[in-house]
Amino acid sequence: MAGAACALYAARAGLEVRVVDRGPVAGGTTGAGEGNVLVSDKEPGPELRLALLSARLWAGLAEELGAAIEYEPKGGLVVASTPGALAALRDFAARQRSAGVTAIPVADNQLTDFEPYLAPGMAGGVHYPQDAQVMPALAAAHLLRASGARSHPGHTVTGVLRTAGGTVYGVRTDRGDIHAPAVVNAAGVWGGDLAALAGTRLPVLPRRGFVLVTEPLPRRVRHKVYAADYVADVASDSAGLRASPVVEGTAAGPVLIGATRERVGFDRSLSLRAVRALAAGAVGLFPFLGRVRALRTYAGFRPYLPDHLPAIGPDPRAPGLFHACGHEGAGIGLAPATGLLIARALTGRAPEFDLTPFRPERFGT
Amino acid sequence: MNPLEPTRARPGPDATATFDGMPLRALPGQTVAAALWAAGVTAWRGTRGTGEPRGVFCGIGVCFDCLLVVNGRPNQRACLVPVRPGDVIRTQRGTGRDDD
Repeated sequence: MAGAACALYAARAGLEVRVVDRGPVAGGTTGAGEGNVLVSDKEPGPELRLALLSARLWAGLAEELGAAIEYEPKGGLVVASTPGALAALRDFAARQRSAGVTAIPVADNQLTDFEPYLAPGMAGGVHYPQDAQVMPALAAAHLLRASGARSHPGHTVTGVLRTAGGTVYGVRTDRGDIHAPAVVNAAGVWGGDLAALAGTRLPVLPRRGFVLVTEPLPRRVRHKVYAADYVADVASDSAGLRASPVVEGTAAGPVLIGATRERVGFDRSLSLRAVRALAAGAVGLFPFLGRVRALRTYAGFRPYLPDHLPAIGPDPRAPGLFHACGHEGAGIGLAPATGLLIARALTGRAPEFDLTPFRPERFGT
Repeated sequence: MNPLEPTRARPGPDATATFDGMPLRALPGQTVAAALWAAGVTAWRGTRGTGEPRGVFCGIGVCFDCLLVVNGRPNQRACLVPVRPGDVIRTQRGTGRDDD
């Protein structure tokens, strides 16, 4: 997704772009996501600034690309089950409001106006109208098509070409060299490997997530609905299993229940414990889901960096190399802003805002 | 030719269920899809979008195309579910849950 967005904005900035992908379009983390375009789960800071810009860009792209990417500005509803959790959530929302987020408190007796099937007895919530959703595989494919870039799916980058002085001048692939004055590393959770090919270091690591998919249902879940604990899970540094559920309906009918967080390397094997925890959490939010069948589950690997911020911008250790990876679980949402910022950097124009927090070299060598 | 003859099968008595109110006979263990095909029925679901007719596609439980309603439960795969005596089997329209 990040790569497709970089291709689109770079092409629109007047550059000639080639996209090299060792797999098919959306064959990695993009295809294993839910398509979250969220501001609600981000605390004030650089990632939220990126998310707010990206949410606006997604709305514009949706007007352009029509229904093809299944963009739904459905809004998010965060619910708290106890008065203590609600107080913390309201405080968090107040800080977000001061950073430009629309966050509207919802009283306990108004929750069913938003979600008629929500479990009774919740303490209250916050409504985030800026939250949205896209179908990630379709979105990546349509952004790539709209870019007009020449695409090389199934081509593996085996090396990054550098001059004796260290300047990057292209990539070597298993089917020949491609020369270019700039190379953008949008390899997601494998971005560290690509950086290593260029002789530079970017400590991207995988954080596994399972998503549970139900049978198709009439529209019963209207927003992205999650418990207030989710924000703490996203920011958590724990390697163990975290499983606060995010529940949402899809245009096609199935309800998606995401997503666990675990650090287990690239282990793809099914974890019954993880999907059980998801199912139990989802039924806690929406009791009717207890009578619904789960059809399947899928897993993916979020690319995370030690400080939970992406790497966006030029790498001074390898002139000509730019990074656009490490978005953890927010890559779909943050992709357009990332693409725009990369395009500005490639054409030497000033960024929308300060990119210092996203500097690729911030982790040292 | 009756397919039971070459295998010299001696199946037990037929089960009788209903499909959309009509009697449906099935050999013991026969799936709903097989019984419907034997009765000449090849479509028993309308798609969620435009109501296009659907029946068996993969026939092995993978594609979820042959869904129908068995004893009030929607989204049952006709190619996997055996017919039991007295089953009430219905055509599925959309998600099969509109009348929940």
